Amino acid sequence: MPLLVFNKNGIYCPQADVYLDAWRKVPKCIVTHGHSDHARYGHGQYITHKTNIPIIKHRLGKLQVQGLDWNETLLVNGVKFSLHPAGHIPGSAQVRVEYKGEVWVFTGDYKLQDDGLCVPFEPVKCHTFITECTFGLPAFSWEPQQEVFNEIDSWWAANRSNDVTSLLFGYSLGKAQRILKNVNADIGPIYVHKTIYDLNKAMAKDFDLPEFTLLDTSIDKAELKGSLIVAPPGVQNAAWIRKIGAQTTAAASGWMTFRGARRRRALDKGFVLSDHADWQDLLTAVKATGCQQVIATHGYTEIFSRYLREELGLDAKTEATAYEAETIDQTQETA
Amino acid sequence: MKAFAQLIKALDSTNKTNQKVAALANYFKTAADSDKVWTIALLSHRRPKRPVNTTLLRLWATELANIPAWLFEESYHIVGDLAETIALVLPHPKGSTEMSLTKVVNEIAALSSQSEHIKKATILERWDQFNYYERFVYNKIITGGFRIGVSQKLMTRALGQATGIDTDELAFKLMGNWDPKTISFEELIIAPSEAAAVSRPYPFFLAHAVEGKVEELGDISQYSFEHKWDGIRAQVIFRAGTHFVWSRGEELVTDKYPEFDELLELIPDGTVLDGEIVCFPNGQIGDFNMLQTRIGRKNISKKLLETHPVILIAYDLLEWDGKDLRDTPFEQRRKLLDKLVKSKGENSPLYLSSTMNFKNWEEAAAERERSREKRSEGLMIKRKDSHYGVGRKRGEWFKWKVDPFTIDAVLTYAMRGHGRRANLFTDYTFALWHEGALVTFAKAYSGLTDAELKEVDSWIKKNTLERFGPVRSVKPEHVFEIAFEGIAASKRHKSGVATRFPRIHRWRKDKKPDQANSLEDLKALIPE
Repeated sequence: MPLLVFNKNGIYCPQADVYLDAWRKVPKCIVTHGHSDHARYGHGQYITHKTNIPIIKHRLGKLQVQGLDWNETLLVNGVKFSLHPAGHIPGSAQVRVEYKGEVWVFTGDYKLQDDGLCVPFEPVKCHTFITECTFGLPAFSWEPQQEVFNEIDSWWAANRSNDVTSLLFGYSLGKAQRILKNVNADIGPIYVHKTIYDLNKAMAKDFDLPEFTLLDTSIDKAELKGSLIVAPPGVQNAAWIRKIGAQTTAAASGWMTFRGARRRRALDKGFVLSDHADWQDLLTAVKATGCQQVIATHGYTEIFSRYLREELGLDAKTEATAYEAETIDQTQETA
Repeated sequence: MKAFAQLIKALDSTNKTNQKVAALANYFKTAADSDKVWTIALLSHRRPKRPVNTTLLRLWATELANIPAWLFEESYHIVGDLAETIALVLPHPKGSTEMSLTKVVNEIAALSSQSEHIKKATILERWDQFNYYERFVYNKIITGGFRIGVSQKLMTRALGQATGIDTDELAFKLMGNWDPKTISFEELIIAPSEAAAVSRPYPFFLAHAVEGKVEELGDISQYSFEHKWDGIRAQVIFRAGTHFVWSRGEELVTDKYPEFDELLELIPDGTVLDGEIVCFPNGQIGDFNMLQTRIGRKNISKKLLETHPVILIAYDLLEWDGKDLRDTPFEQRRKLLDKLVKSKGENSPLYLSSTMNFKNWEEAAAERERSREKRSEGLMIKRKDSHYGVGRKRGEWFKWKVDPFTIDAVLTYAMRGHGRRANLFTDYTFALWHEGALVTFAKAYSGLTDAELKEVDSWIKKNTLERFGPVRSVKPEHVFEIAFEGIAASKRHKSGVATRFPRIHRWRKDKKPDQANSLEDLKALIPE
């Protein structure tokens, strides 16, 4: 029996009777991070990194949760579980699972770039590496973060000098805080959508974000002129957006690599800024584990695992999961 | 090249027409003259001859990116655009270059006659000097198809802003047979020479589809009616002792239709005809499928001229006795045209699109019902006092097509789209029942709303049976009503039937796959 198996509920450790990021209700589940396709509602017991506790409680309400520190070992029926930074969003963890000398690592979602917000990714040696590969295509190659933020800053500054409001769409958990943390707040006032505002209040004490104001209907249109509004992608077509006057829209996402993805969403501008690993970083991560076996869970899994088999000689396969994958057009809050 | 790539990036960074126009106008004010000419040329789909085929480009990009060939192809299918894929997979450039757009384009043009070795060395050198947008633009120039959301109209507006020249005049100047290699900005835009003007067609005037009830067009006596012929829109120009045939795609096609050579002796110099080229075998109008044969052929053999002869059905006279008639009311232009064509006798390849008048809209509707038997697509409705305008103007000319044929078919295969639809499964194949099996009969790309596209895309990703590279076969579960304009028997199609302009009319969620139509139902629609 393998240490971890994929069943209809999620990734399961039979020896410990514990699930990882289960997509159906289970009695006991280790959760890698707070995005809704990984942290689902209704488990009996949650085990997650301490940073995640306020996030998950904010999103799912009251629940029974045990917090772990980085590298802290949880022993269940002889199986050692520990959490290691995944660098995806604040609190995101890889799960290391060890039993009788055999080590598996499940990444959840991750990136190698240091975003200045969350604890950076740490490679963990293992025999079997269960990895995401959302951007597992050589077409994806991220620029250094500072270059992207220079672009965002100059876009905002130019809009501001033309009295145009800058609307920047990014996921409320992770991307929004990353934007707030790294954008040049001296350019002008920053407003955030309520979803982001509430999350910031729930989690952001520890993150030293610049000043931001809750965007609500009582704010005068004239006040918003030239400001930066950070909002989740789902609100792009909301009625209030049309009411805020002269504006230009942009999204910050790895998908903005494709001209087609931006045009389809009728955005003015796309910034290639992702909380996932690009092609080279995925390969770097796989190699750093020293693993022999790879299981690709979501993203361009067939392509990525074929490359690992044929070019790197690894024993690579794919497993179907309920984690969001081909999500260019997805506007809900996941990934 | 830097300035041009920057322009493309700026055009790419906004959806707002005014900002696009401003970015272009700004470029036209500051760029070097030769670069301006090439920019106009590229944005109006004129480009240097392709120096290498795309197979080689892919191969070299694959080598430079150091990835296996299958991985490049997978990436291409997902990105949906070759120029973009290459620009994305190449490693970061090591150098940079200040080469001008003109220099880059001239280099591409000169590559055609070079050895493969030199072609490869040159292109690889440029790739390694260009940033992402420069590479993208460079690849687009090489591969052609520069579609970046800048229409001819938008470009003329920008040129108008930059130069102060009237946009209608600019549209006229930009048509026709000019060569960006030899013409200067001064000659092309500021003061065009007489010699170039000889071959130059007028911008085509286009009709709007009738929206809502046709009666809303008002007083029927204001309108002249004709059948709407389904061929290639063309202008035939007689000037300076020679003639030119232009298709609506602004392509000079004189050599493709030698039938019209004999008109040179019949039509006086200083005449421009507007009409439709259609196939005319055995003294009657052939279907568009036949005309396709002529359009595709480069060598026009004697046999082809016998089996697939063409005629021009003239419907407007734009120039007469060397004078521009476009401001003369339609009714008067037609009087001159009718006289001219009728005097040419029976055996010339010049025919007249007869005008009709109706007392009421019921009569007009009855004539529209006869369109298929007359081999037309419906009726054209033109205001008798209309001028011949530029492009599509509201309220002057209308097209009132017959309702399309429709049939219910099953979705069987899907492929990822390109451009705006990259990475979404938007290109579909549809099948009809024949002896208990589904037989492919048409592909369709359009007709669904964005929301429906997303829904179908998501369903396809979950219901894939097999993958063949970019193509997926899917469970035969969904029925769509497919509309098409024309139908003809065809030996080139597996189903034995060719349809014209097939598109999705609506998603028949109410129907089960076994309720879809059969191939026999489709064949019954073929006219005798």
